[in-house]
Amino acid sequence: MKVELRHIHKHFGAVHANNDVSLTVEAGTIHGLLGENGAGKSTLVKILSGFITRDSGEVVLDGRTAHIQSPADALRYGIGMLHQDPLDFPPLTAIENFMAGSLAMRAILNPRAAERTFRALCAQFNFDIDPQARVSDLTVGERQQLEIVRLLANGVGTLILDEPTTGISASQKTLLFEALRKLAGEGKSIIFVSHKLEDVEELCDCVTVMRRGQVVGELDLRADGLRQTEGKWPRDQHFSIAARIVEMMFGKELAMPVKPPTHQDEVILSVEGLVLRSDRLEMRIEHLAVQRGEVIGVAGLEGSGQQLFLMACAGLERPAAGTIRLADRDLTHKPYRDFLQAGVCYVPADRLRDGLISGLTIQEHVALRTSNRRLFINRAAATAEAERAIATFNIRGRPDTLVERLSGGNQQRTQLALMPSPLNVLLMEHPTRGLDIESTLWVWQQLIARCKQGTAIVFASSDLDEIVQYSDRVMVFSGGRVSPPIAASELTADSLGQMIGGRF
Amino acid sequence: MEFNQLLVILATAIAAATPLVFACIGETITERAGVINLSAEGTVMLCAMVGFVVAKATESVWLGFVGATVIGALIALIVAYGTITLKQSQIAIGFVLALLCSDLSAYLGNPYVRIPGPTVPPAFPIPILQDIPLIGPLFFREGDVLVYAGYVLIAATWVYFYRTRGGLTLRAVGEQPAAAFARGHNVVALRYAYTLIGGALMGIAGAAFSLDFKAGWSYRHTAGYGWIALAIVIFGGWNPLRAALGAYLFGILQSLASVAQSAIPDVPTQAFTVAPFVLMILVLVLTSGDWLDRLLSYLPVSARRSLSRALRTAPPAALGRPFEQD
Repeated sequence: MKVELRHIHKHFGAVHANNDVSLTVEAGTIHGLLGENGAGKSTLVKILSGFITRDSGEVVLDGRTAHIQSPADALRYGIGMLHQDPLDFPPLTAIENFMAGSLAMRAILNPRAAERTFRALCAQFNFDIDPQARVSDLTVGERQQLEIVRLLANGVGTLILDEPTTGISASQKTLLFEALRKLAGEGKSIIFVSHKLEDVEELCDCVTVMRRGQVVGELDLRADGLRQTEGKWPRDQHFSIAARIVEMMFGKELAMPVKPPTHQDEVILSVEGLVLRSDRLEMRIEHLAVQRGEVIGVAGLEGSGQQLFLMACAGLERPAAGTIRLADRDLTHKPYRDFLQAGVCYVPADRLRDGLISGLTIQEHVALRTSNRRLFINRAAATAEAERAIATFNIRGRPDTLVERLSGGNQQRTQLALMPSPLNVLLMEHPTRGLDIESTLWVWQQLIARCKQGTAIVFASSDLDEIVQYSDRVMVFSGGRVSPPIAASELTADSLGQMIGGRF
Repeated sequence: MEFNQLLVILATAIAAATPLVFACIGETITERAGVINLSAEGTVMLCAMVGFVVAKATESVWLGFVGATVIGALIALIVAYGTITLKQSQIAIGFVLALLCSDLSAYLGNPYVRIPGPTVPPAFPIPILQDIPLIGPLFFREGDVLVYAGYVLIAATWVYFYRTRGGLTLRAVGEQPAAAFARGHNVVALRYAYTLIGGALMGIAGAAFSLDFKAGWSYRHTAGYGWIALAIVIFGGWNPLRAALGAYLFGILQSLASVAQSAIPDVPTQAFTVAPFVLMILVLVLTSGDWLDRLLSYLPVSARRSLSRALRTAPPAALGRPFEQD
């Protein structure tokens, strides 16, 4: 089925999540949709699959306008979507999941017939799922396979996969890719949403790149005889394609460094032979020594281990090997409390989930921070201190404003106001995500003022301009590998793009 | 005591548990869809009153049941509107309705206290089935129409839950409404429907008290049974067979208590009336712990699966949560 999305617009409040997005997916192709978090990919595919209604624009299937208002409508048009977190029923068995919502089922269920269909479909794709197993006992990869088989049984002609390679094993990924190629071979169209370059390169026929709600480029990977057999690229070509995609994702020109030198000679944070493991990533950082007053920018596609690294430095993630030292103290495997006492502070990306406490006011946050153990809160003191913080940090709110009522910029200001002082190491994720220019500049002013007092900052960001503007040195994370820190002044858009694509 | 005498006592206890069976099945259906109808206590009581009044006024027991069913569904409609459409707390709305409806029954039912009224036609044995040893005398001799309707309801609900497409969808909606929505189901409409059906069954339970097993009307005539039904649903692990079993067990234990009490007068009365609850808590503790899984892991896979399904007491995952479409 040929799928065309024409001039799609979608607003969420003030955010223009899809701004005049058009996308054409030919029948029998695998089309990659690439972009950083928040680029608008998910919004676009959710519009196509009926989960979100568009503000304006048109969906055209095989040349005919389609009216999709709900997932039920989308299914009737033969559009099925695999969600990043499988949308299934964990307490039910695999076969019950297969039958639930199936268009082919009669009022009285016939589990035997369903099981025959199920086994036949599984055999086609070499999927091995026990029909009687409870879905909660299956791995994410198996649940994905179950969803694919279920959608196919419902006659889906267009399959959308949202970040399908997150959380599945390498062999499951191979199996998945084989299945998708086979389906494309049968004339079905596949939309593959991802922020992982290597997956898109290996699998897709075409790529569309989105940034900030808009399509910023398309690339036909089959053109000019580029595609070799089985998705393997000659080494040089691989990097030139990666570089072109990265360029589309992040833009061509980099901003100029604006940060004044603030670093002092004394090393404050040092990391040796650090090995970090999560369920889908293993990485190793040989040696890193951060000086007082220095800013280290951590670049890379999202999910390449940046958060893991920052959390390990904050004492929130247990390294598998290696040491973390703060000045002269060895903090490896020490409890989080010791990290706090040593003057380490972690500011997470999700401000309302991990950083602040929704339901509490600014002054209650201030009161929570005090370490005295008296029974009653000194409200007057807390209010006074909150007022002081509001004035110094220019927060648009009152001491009794609930934090979730603050705008993103003001939440970030509140987080900064709550940071302890003095501070040795500040670890931040996306310090200015979702902030307007004024707030961004202000936040960095504050951060640089901290550096002048001797705080070292390590921050991760998906905004390459921010990385180059404010870092002294930059580390690049790519698929479990970590580059040594490089002086920001030596970086070019091209070299950074190549590194993010995996070449260093 | 003669064995046959004991059988009659047990059979009477089983029959007397019928209103509880209706209430438990109704609540089980509602909760399976993800909605807790906490108003059970008030619904049962108000419907007992309404059933009695309607039957008295129309001189028809069956119209009394119709009235009670309608009122039960109406109360459920308030629950559904408040929790599904207005997305308010299921606990708050249900609890307030429980209090409101029981007080309303006392106020409106005052003129009808302790006067005679129509009752369900007397018990009759079921041919053939009554001759089955043990089962016959226990289940098929001392019952009336409602008792037998209760059996049919239990079986039908089980078949619906586990053998039909509608039942699978019902379970799906209570576990993961977002996924059900993704598969094209109208989650809101389904939740409304099952809440109303559950409320209607609780209405029947109320009328079953006032027109049959505790005939008549008095101040707080059915006090406590609604809460007990809610507890039995949990004990029943949201499975209609187990919930019914719980209801019958409760009835049996209560009647045995009265027998035992006359036999051992030294033990205080309260010990016997709370015994069923202690037993329920014990069973819940035993069937929800990790150790059960460990014990089951020694069994072959097929036996393990059916046993764990029969013993499992995890609530529907989306129970009590409003459905938000993003």
